[in-house]
Amino acid sequence: MIKEHLGPLSKDNPVLVQTLGVCSALAVTAQLKPAVVMALSVTVVCACSNFIISLLRNTIPPRIRIIVQLLIVSFFVILVDQVLQAVVYDISKLLSVFVGLIITNCIIMGRLEAFALSHKPLPSLVDGVMNGVGYGLVLVVVAFFRELLGSGTLWNHPVVPESWYAHGYLNNGLMILPPMALILVGTMIWVKNWKTERR
Amino acid sequence: MAKKFNALIDAMDTFLRTPATITEGRCHVRDAVDMKRIMITVMIALCPALLFGWWNVGYQHFLATGGTTGLWPCLWYGFLKWLPLVIVTYVSGLGVEVLFSQIRKEEVAEGFFVTGFIIPMIMPPDVLLWIVAVATIFAVLFGKEVFGGTGYNFLNPALLARAFVFFAYPSVISGDKVWISGADAITSATPLALAMNGHLEAMPSTWELFLGTIPGCIGETCKIAILLGAAILLFTQVADWRIMLTVLVGGYATALICQAAGLCPIAAHDQLLMGGFLFGAVFMATDPVTAAHTRTGKYIYGMLIGVLAVLIRLLNKGYPEGMMLAILLMNIFAPLIDYCVIQSTINRRQKRLSNRKQKRS
Repeated sequence: MIKEHLGPLSKDNPVLVQTLGVCSALAVTAQLKPAVVMALSVTVVCACSNFIISLLRNTIPPRIRIIVQLLIVSFFVILVDQVLQAVVYDISKLLSVFVGLIITNCIIMGRLEAFALSHKPLPSLVDGVMNGVGYGLVLVVVAFFRELLGSGTLWNHPVVPESWYAHGYLNNGLMILPPMALILVGTMIWVKNWKTERR
Repeated sequence: MAKKFNALIDAMDTFLRTPATITEGRCHVRDAVDMKRIMITVMIALCPALLFGWWNVGYQHFLATGGTTGLWPCLWYGFLKWLPLVIVTYVSGLGVEVLFSQIRKEEVAEGFFVTGFIIPMIMPPDVLLWIVAVATIFAVLFGKEVFGGTGYNFLNPALLARAFVFFAYPSVISGDKVWISGADAITSATPLALAMNGHLEAMPSTWELFLGTIPGCIGETCKIAILLGAAILLFTQVADWRIMLTVLVGGYATALICQAAGLCPIAAHDQLLMGGFLFGAVFMATDPVTAAHTRTGKYIYGMLIGVLAVLIRLLNKGYPEGMMLAILLMNIFAPLIDYCVIQSTINRRQKRLSNRKQKRS
């Protein structure tokens, strides 16, 4: 039971194995802070909508279930967006359209269809949280490398010592650009596949 | 122990000595050409440009700092600038190759010898060594090993290394400045940037462009040396003349049209002599692994490289060196071009066949 729910963290990771949600993983990972906020937002939306859909699973007519799912997801996305704007305004500016685009994140719709519609509310809630965390882990790892190598900072604090710059060290401009995020995600998938094969 | 490092030992063995293994049984093809020989031919073809490059790096340095511009001091200065670059490139690149051969339990392929030879020739002479190492490792890892090693890469690794430096460390290799090796790294605008900004009088003459006594990367300046290399490649049939010709024709035609349209302030033939155009056309576009393989495909591939290179140069001020981007882009499209050419041939023949059947019946 517990093992099943731990799947999204490694062997069923939504980004690395199912390659879902890659678009936002490329867009918001230039720095660590927005990546973490994005990961939290997706986790909250995924968990809450999973829970609500699971509660309603016996009353939603199958033919219009997608519309109902979209309604509920967008309700939570708007909620999260408003909270972000109220609490961390500058980061919500930085994330711009990508908070709104959580509605189209395939991970959330996928979990609703594949899990929440056929499971009880509590397991659905846990499933939503775990998938959000699995997505968030990839985001944080990618953002860690992109911010460290691209800007020389972590969580907006400079970590690369000044003396390195004096000796000719330069920040890698390619890390700031989205293509490098794609290469990093690709590398993570590569390492993951290699590990799975060896097992 | 010997078994564990088999890949490395085998690589050294075949590199230093002629392997004793011979083909057993009856074989029909009798030819001494193998990958090693092709690679060495390319390296020989690169030598004229390299020798001139050494001299030119020294010549530009002494010209800027006001020293003697004798033949030997210039050559020696350039050689000393080039040597660390090439050592760093080979150590980092071969390190990755050997590591992967070891993991995959394969032989080390000879592919990197040419790549590692070309990379220092398309870098500015004063580039920081760690940047060269990072770029080489990136290019070999993500341009080649990820896709299965030598022969499976769809991007030219040497160009990928340069593109990496271009995008990752733009201050080092921005493209609209050229580099004169020296203590305080004097930079000046490239001929192309001069022409685009209307400083036509400051531009080097066609003859200087052709001769190559202008600042630039180590390998790209002297057009005579590059043409000599092209002759070697064509004579030994290592490179395909179709690609070289169509790149030049495509570039020249586009430059002519742009000139007529008022986009290009300089003569069309100067366009071909500038920057890395000729070097790219001779040594990069013709890379047999990454180029198109079908005959018709080669014409299309070469033509598009020439057209795109000149268009990028003239229309996008941000990327003055369009040749690198044009070749990389067409490398990506080469398999698609081949696919279309093969499909159209199949369709044509199928049509012919069905026509014939109809006539008979």
